[in-house]
Amino acid sequence: MPEQQSLTPNGLQALLDALQARGYRIIGPTLRDQAVVYDDVQSLTDLPVGWTDVQEAGHYRLARRDDDALFGYAVGPHSWKHYLHTPVQRLWHAKHERDDIIVTTEPPEAPRLALFGVRSCELHAIAIQDRVLLGGHYRDVHYAARRQDNFIVAVNCAVAGGTCFCASMHTGPKAVAGYDLALTEIIDEGEHRFLIEAGTPEGVEVLSELPARQASNEDIALADAILASTAESMGREMQADDVRELLLAHLEHPRWDDVATRCLTCGNCTLVCPTCFCTSEEDSSDLTGTEMARSRRWDSCFTMDFSYLHGGSVRASHRARYRQWMTHKLATWHDQFDTSGCVGCGRCITWCPVGIDITEEVKAIRETSQEAGS
Amino acid sequence: MAASGRTPRLAVWKFASCDGCQLTLLDCEDELLGIAAAVEIAYFPEATRGTIRGHYDLSLVEGSITTPHDAERIHEVRRRSTHLVTIGACATAGGIQGLRNFADVAEYISVVYARPDYIETLATSTPIAAHVPVDFELRGCPIAKSQLVEVITAFLAGRRPVTPAHSVCIECKLKGNVCVMVAHGTPCLGPVTHAGCGALCPSYHRGCYGCYGPMETPNPAPLSQALTELGMGKRDLQRIYRTFNANAPAFREESERHDA
Repeated sequence: MPEQQSLTPNGLQALLDALQARGYRIIGPTLRDQAVVYDDVQSLTDLPVGWTDVQEAGHYRLARRDDDALFGYAVGPHSWKHYLHTPVQRLWHAKHERDDIIVTTEPPEAPRLALFGVRSCELHAIAIQDRVLLGGHYRDVHYAARRQDNFIVAVNCAVAGGTCFCASMHTGPKAVAGYDLALTEIIDEGEHRFLIEAGTPEGVEVLSELPARQASNEDIALADAILASTAESMGREMQADDVRELLLAHLEHPRWDDVATRCLTCGNCTLVCPTCFCTSEEDSSDLTGTEMARSRRWDSCFTMDFSYLHGGSVRASHRARYRQWMTHKLATWHDQFDTSGCVGCGRCITWCPVGIDITEEVKAIRETSQEAGS
Repeated sequence: MAASGRTPRLAVWKFASCDGCQLTLLDCEDELLGIAAAVEIAYFPEATRGTIRGHYDLSLVEGSITTPHDAERIHEVRRRSTHLVTIGACATAGGIQGLRNFADVAEYISVVYARPDYIETLATSTPIAAHVPVDFELRGCPIAKSQLVEVITAFLAGRRPVTPAHSVCIECKLKGNVCVMVAHGTPCLGPVTHAGCGALCPSYHRGCYGCYGPMETPNPAPLSQALTELGMGKRDLQRIYRTFNANAPAFREESERHDA
């Protein structure tokens, strides 16, 4: 078991300083437009100090905590794919010169990114996108470049959000892999400290530069108790072990018609989802027709263009598109990538403008399937 | 596409409208010289004194049909145009003047004009596509400059313009905006509205007003339910759907569900 050490808030600032000294651009949680979003972080004061969030289906509000916790909130509207699998990526551009067309491939950008404050569900989401975008025969060179030089500082969740269900999905709340350093925030009797452990040789090296001391057995027990309490207080749950079979056995369930009356097909769920990876390619040209470019941008299985084959969209109805999204995420993703596409972060529930709740949809199908004795 | 070797002729036509969409062409500034070099601006009363003669490769049509005279004139425009593209909410949905479709026009005229008998108007304001075949519709009130340049560029290149018909929400998410409805409780039509403005209002913490009309597969009823929970009454709901695209079928039908 890796050794746990203890760090004061000043010691945590030393971690930010050490990462900056190593040339990392640090991205972490910060407050903007009344939400916790991921943006550049240089100092601990850039973090949402003393804030938490209240999350429900279709509802998100910040609220003050009665302490100065740095990580006392659940995940917000952004996920790390904003930085790793960017919303828009130019792929190539071309120029018409005399009789030649010169095509220039966009060189992949490889920023040195430190991801600070990554939650366990998000580590799983990054691992899933790694599998989708880097595994198999077709590697996404842009994602690969943005992923190659990451330093990941995970945070074990001390609070569960109102729409969280990572405990059901076995993706949290404790970070178990995929990080360089992992933190647990403890505020006990007014004393603010962080347990910290390294998960990689680079993590060990950075940790050795920090003013850390051996963690006490009491603090280790306290951290375990915090995580147990987080796991107990999940806002949502989803019975996930047989959900693939459940959904695939009920592709004609009347609940799909029901959800279709509520679904806006706006695409928000897919864009806030930390594992959804779909993009569309768009061409642009200049007025004279001498220069052109192709780029890709995030798209969604909820748009008509996304599933447009010759003659029209193959998923024309709201029902077909919601069912495609949910059965892919929870069922056929297993067949395609050997994992669920859902990490239980709850973003699709919170950020659906009309509060459609994936856990409720699964539950509704499960309950009626049991009534029917199937 | 125009026949090769000849500069395509462009015309800009005005029907019932405020001229804002035509002005978007003049507002192109950086691109205007490029456009003027790529096409012959053969008819554009807003900017030139040209006269109507011959045939036009690309006609941009602004405005809706509100008078018997215009209902005739649009056929003449169609006859003279190889490609007819409607620009803006008036031309694509009937515009703000489409509000007359919910009221008694004769009554309005009797109240507003000293000599109602001088007024010759139709009882409705209708989009161009209700009168003649339209090759492409560009949404917005007003249209976005970047999309107008894209439509002209795509016409010149002989390709389909890139003007996605999905929701404004997707534009917000691409920009990294925080959802004003979910995080602030601000009523927003973004989920049922056609993209194209670059999520202008939500980027400034305001709800979407639906200037681009209904998105490709709008489902306003559940959105109205959510807006009701944010405190909007029936009259508020009816009015939010009855602005620049009041006559667009999805918005019209939803507004009619909220008749007080």
